[in-house]
Formats: sequence, structure tokens, C-alpha cells
Amino acid sequence: MKRPLSYKLSILAFLLPALILFIGVLIAPIIMSGYYSFFNWGGPGKVAEYIGLGNYRELFTSNSIKFMRALGNSLLLALFSVGIQLPLALLLALKLGKKIPGERAFLSIYFMPVLISTVVIGQLWLKIYNPDYGVLNMLLRSLGREDWAKIWLGDKKVALWACFVPILWQYVGYHMLLMYAGVKGVPPELNEAAMIDGCTESQVNRYIVIPYIKPILRVSVIFAVTGSLKSFDLIYVLTNGGPNHATEVPSTLMISMLFLRNRYGMGSTIAVMLILLCFAFALLISLAFREDK
Amino acid sequence: MNTTMTKKYPPMEVKKRKIIHASDVLAYAGLILWAIICLFPVYWMLTFSLKNNTEIFGENVIGLPRYWIWSNYSQALNTGHMYRYFLNSVIVAAATILITLIASFMATYAMTRLVWKPRKAMNKFFMLGLTIPIHASIVPIYVSLSKLHMLSTYWAVIIPYSAFSLAMGILISTGFMGDIPYDLDEAASIDGCGVWGTFLRIIAPLMLPAVATVGIYTFLQCWNELMFANVFISKDAIKTLPVGVQALSGQYTTDWGPIGAALSLATIPTLLVYVFLSKQIQESFIAGAVKG
Repeated sequence: MKRPLSYKLSILAFLLPALILFIGVLIAPIIMSGYYSFFNWGGPGKVAEYIGLGNYRELFTSNSIKFMRALGNSLLLALFSVGIQLPLALLLALKLGKKIPGERAFLSIYFMPVLISTVVIGQLWLKIYNPDYGVLNMLLRSLGREDWAKIWLGDKKVALWACFVPILWQYVGYHMLLMYAGVKGVPPELNEAAMIDGCTESQVNRYIVIPYIKPILRVSVIFAVTGSLKSFDLIYVLTNGGPNHATEVPSTLMISMLFLRNRYGMGSTIAVMLILLCFAFALLISLAFREDK
Repeated sequence: MNTTMTKKYPPMEVKKRKIIHASDVLAYAGLILWAIICLFPVYWMLTFSLKNNTEIFGENVIGLPRYWIWSNYSQALNTGHMYRYFLNSVIVAAATILITLIASFMATYAMTRLVWKPRKAMNKFFMLGLTIPIHASIVPIYVSLSKLHMLSTYWAVIIPYSAFSLAMGILISTGFMGDIPYDLDEAASIDGCGVWGTFLRIIAPLMLPAVATVGIYTFLQCWNELMFANVFISKDAIKTLPVGVQALSGQYTTDWGPIGAALSLATIPTLLVYVFLSKQIQESFIAGAVKG
């Protein structure tokens, strides 16, 4: 059927607001970030000097930039998420998926931290970790373990771990929800058949439920890893990368490059590296899950 | 949960003969423990927002407040400017939701109900937005905003928030719009309605359930967002809640009560929305993850 020109113009008009927003705010800036990353640039109004791959070289070789340190920290966070957060979420989801009393209530409580502003969570944990009046040190003192009390976020050795705990606390519920939806999607006949054949609950989980929800596990692993690489809010509120870069992650480094040191080219380079790393890891994880099959 | 005793019986029998094992009790205790861990910081926040420093700092750390100090809240609202930040967040959220709804409904209409060839490809293009991190655009947007003298205005965050909510908005709307019978479009066109008339008079009114889902999702995204708000807004009068709470906590380092009140004020609206719409909220998060 031939359609009149006015129809085609209407289609364009319907798409226009979304296209302008999408291209203007998402697509064009990615290209511009890539472009800026080749310049040594002090920001709007300053002269930009083309330096080719200079920023990238400096990022990976310079000791003063601390990018490798930041990247290492965020990879450690990714490892921690995949190794502790996801198994915990899976355990909760498997238990909740078995029609236990109070299932909805548990689900809603576990998911709640995801919805609270990370600034609020960060400020709360700052108070929990407060060396003098924080709940954590008070608890340790009341248990007679005064020696375990620490300046949690100010001690170079423990600060990074102290930052990981609230991140884990907040996002376990998110992964749990995804996995729970998957567990609920397993056809009940499969479970029943296995039970009749004499499988125990853990065998059913291992041989039926977990293989069945593999696509969701893949999504969870991707989110956990890319989320760790991109992590910003909680670390910004808790330590902003300190003490002495102990908790630096690429995003906090990017923000301080931009707004403390006015290095817009270098800030863009970190942004580009982050995007590339996120896509690379998402691809790798997808491939790893595919080969498993 | 099945046990070795009952495994040979068909499912109906299994239910009747359920035996409670020690391991089940342990698992249940584990579930309760994690629930307490999830709730405790929030409980602690709500209680210390009503306490004075002597209670918070030792006399009564985790109990309910002995004296309910509501003045913490008035202090946070007035001297701490929480009233201002709250209003700003409401303005930003409302505008973002409105723009996201209009843009995503219009685009979805074009991609699901109008006939043209590359509409599937266009949909895929928009779905890229689900995976693009906000870091990707922070520098160019900052530079553009600064050139346009739009830093520290509401638009500085409303436009980026709308753009980043768009992919999710289109994803949710596509599901809802696909459920509306296509006969309606035909009937409307026979009655002489053009595409605009059909969209405004037939489709848009039937999309009310999608308004709720898209609205909730967009609300949660922009209510809690920190990185853009922190970088694009420096004027106190425009700050949204996350940036405002951050600033306020810096000022009241020793007086915890008003900080607790500010944190509670930022959290209570979200919790209220969650109490009433927990199922929709959870479903929108699942939908976003499965497609993304």
C-alpha cells in the first residue's frame, strides 16, 4: 500500500522528541567523549592541544594518575560481588521460591534497600562506621572487643572493605529479585518430577533450577561486574577515593580529574575506558555462559 | 520443602505430610536474619532522627527515642533547606516524568502502530540506551551546558534524566501498547480520525496503566540520582535531595538528629510509594533487567 507523504512526516514527527533527546544526550556525547580523549584540554574556554593517544598512554603508565589502582579496586569489588553478593542472592532467591510463609514480605524487605537513595545509605553507613559514636564500634566495645574497633573508613587497610559492605548490603536485594523471578518461572512439573524420582532439595536446585535460570544468572553477573566498574555514589559519599587513594575507583578518579584538576581530556579518556571495559566484560561474560552450554 | 520421608508420594500427599526439619528451621532463621540486616539501618535512621545527641551517642543507641524531638525535623526543613531541596526534587521528577512519558509514548506509537519498514531497527536503536552508562556523556553534557549557560538550572538535570529514562520508557510502553487491540485504530480511521487523532483520542487514554509503571520507574531514577546532580548543579537554590542531603550532612557534622531527619525526609516518599506499589516496582525492575 502506498502511503502519502503526510503519513511519513507524521511518523517522523512522532519520533522527533525521542530522537532529539536520545541522540543529543546519549549518542552524540559518546562520540564527543571519544574526541576529547585525544586532547590535552583545560575545559570550556581553554585551548585544546591534540596529543593523539597521549592521555591513554599516561593513564596506563603514569604512577601519579592512579588509574591502575582505581581499576584494580573496582575489579576487586567485581570479584567480591560475584563471589559473595551473587551467591547470597541466589541462596535467598532459592529459599524464597519454595512457597514459604511470608514469602512476599521477605521479598519486599530484601528489595527495599535498592530503592533508597545511595546518598542516604552512604550517610547512614558513615554514621554506622563513625569511630566514636558509630553503632559498629559501640557494638564491638559492648562485646568487649575494644581492640577490634577501628577508624573503618580512615584506615588504609580496611577502608576498601568497609566500602564494599554497604554496596553488598544495598544490591543483594536487586539480584535476589531477578533470580527469584527466574526461580518462579521454573515449570512446577520439572520440580515435581525430580522430587518423585527421589531428588533432594539441593539436588533439585543444582540440576534443575540453576541450569534453568542460567540466562538470569548471566544478566546478574554482567550487572554485578559492570556495576562494580561504574560504581560511584556510595564510594563518593563514604570516602571519595581516600584515604590516600585506598578506595579510588575509576568514576571517582574521573570526577576529580574533571573538577579538581581541570583535566577534561583525561576525564574523557577515563570515561571512554570505562565504557570500553564495560562492553568488553559484558561480551566476555556472555561468551563464557554460552560455552558452558 | 520435601524430605526423604515424603519423596515417594505424589505432590498432593507431600503437602499434608510435611515434616519440619532442623535444616528448614535454620534456613528460615537465616531469612529472618537477613531481613533484620536489611531493616536495621532504616529503623536506626528513623529512630535517631527523633533523638538528641546524648541518646544517640551512648545513652540509648538503638532503642526507641525516650523524648521525641520533632524539632529535628523543623530544623532540617528550615535551617537545613530540606524544604527547598525537596521542592526541587519534586519539580525535577515531575518534569522528567512528563517529558519521558510524552516522548516515549509518541515514539512507541510510531514504532508499534504506524506502518513503515525500519521500525524494528529503530526500536533496537533506542534499546541501546539501556546499556549506555551515564559516565559516557558527563563531560560533553557538562561542556554543552556550560556553553549554553544552563548549569545550575532545573533543565541541566531534567534533560539528561529524561534522555536516560527514555529507553526504559519505550520498553515498558511497547509492552502496554501491544496489548491494545489494533481494531481500534482501524475503526478510528474509518470514522475519519487521522494518526494524530487516533493517538490523542484512542491510544493515549488507554495507556493510563503504563503511565503508572513508566512514572514510578522514572521517579526512582531521578529522585536518587547523584552524579549528574552533583556535577551540573552548584547553586544551593536548585540542588536536588541527594546533593542537598550531602551538603547538609557536611554542615551538621556533630548534630546527628537533624541529619537523621533530613535522611528520613529524603527516604520516606520512596518508601511510601514502595509500600503501595511494591509489585509494580519489582516488575518494572525485572522487565528492565531481562531485556537489558
